[in-house]
Amino acid sequence: MCETCGCGDPHLVPVAIQDRILSVNDRQAAHNREHFAAHGVLAINLMGSPGSGKTAVLEATARAFAGRFRTGAIAGDLETERDADRLRAAGIPARAITTGNACHLDADMVHTALHDDSLHGARLLFVENVGNLVCPAVYDLGQAFNVVALSVTEGEDKPLKYPVMFRKADLVLVTKTDLLPHLDLPLDRLLDALSRVMPVPVVLQVSSRSGEGMEAWFSWLEGRLAEAGGSHP
Amino acid sequence: MHEYSLVQSLMERIQQEAVARRAVAVHRVRLKIGELSGVEADLLESAFDIVREGTICAQASLEIIRVPARWECSGCHAPIAAGAVLQCGACGAPARLASGDDILLDQLELEVP
Repeated sequence: MCETCGCGDPHLVPVAIQDRILSVNDRQAAHNREHFAAHGVLAINLMGSPGSGKTAVLEATARAFAGRFRTGAIAGDLETERDADRLRAAGIPARAITTGNACHLDADMVHTALHDDSLHGARLLFVENVGNLVCPAVYDLGQAFNVVALSVTEGEDKPLKYPVMFRKADLVLVTKTDLLPHLDLPLDRLLDALSRVMPVPVVLQVSSRSGEGMEAWFSWLEGRLAEAGGSHP
Repeated sequence: MHEYSLVQSLMERIQQEAVARRAVAVHRVRLKIGELSGVEADLLESAFDIVREGTICAQASLEIIRVPARWECSGCHAPIAAGAVLQCGACGAPARLASGDDILLDQLELEVP
């Protein structure tokens, strides 16, 4: 109660905080980032809608990099180990995170998954996020780069509808380009939409199925691996 | 819908602050939410209404300051309109987001006996 005048009002104290609500996640992400840096790991957060072709891109990457770079993956889904099973079948040690009903991975989930022995020694670690163009963009995982898969069947205006996700993207993979002959997708309008939500639009057109454009994606990864340092395989 | 998990993080942060300052109740919570933060202020309000029951925030009012997205040139700082190509018309440098990605707990009003 107010002790100044005895008015009976409670004593209210304004407190300036100005702290990010996700500061706990941010600290865990920073810890993951330090871990990756200390072990020379290039961590890529791969995001995109359900069915945008994330797992197929990683399967093709696993086959191309077999014997060249030690690669690992963490695959997030609400239920099932199916994506992790597919990646293991393609030759990548993979750990599944089933989130139940959570729509995104957070830094703590990734940290827990990193303790999986099968991921030790990986130089290139893919975190295949939960299929969702909204929520995963909000949570830092400690990755070096955000890559967003956008399939040609999703339409040219997706970037304008989901600007937060694309703003955070370091690279956009336009996937399933082998389907273009069957669609009326104006690619120039898709690229224009990206230039209105990404300050530096870096876009590669790929087809995991035909292999077209995949070499450019592999080169992009090799460039980032070289920057991440260390000549050890 | 990540607003519930955000409110859980918010509640933990408020609880921690209240304990440190020996507060018995929280009267007001003020947040700053950016237009390009990926957080929907209305959903955050609904989540707050449900989660606060039985907590130190049970009677607290929630104020959300919505921060509009503001782009500017990363080189010469000229403003760049939202919806435009994110490259400076004058110098060609890429745009940077000057404000509008905040997800902040800005201020609390605590009842301290």
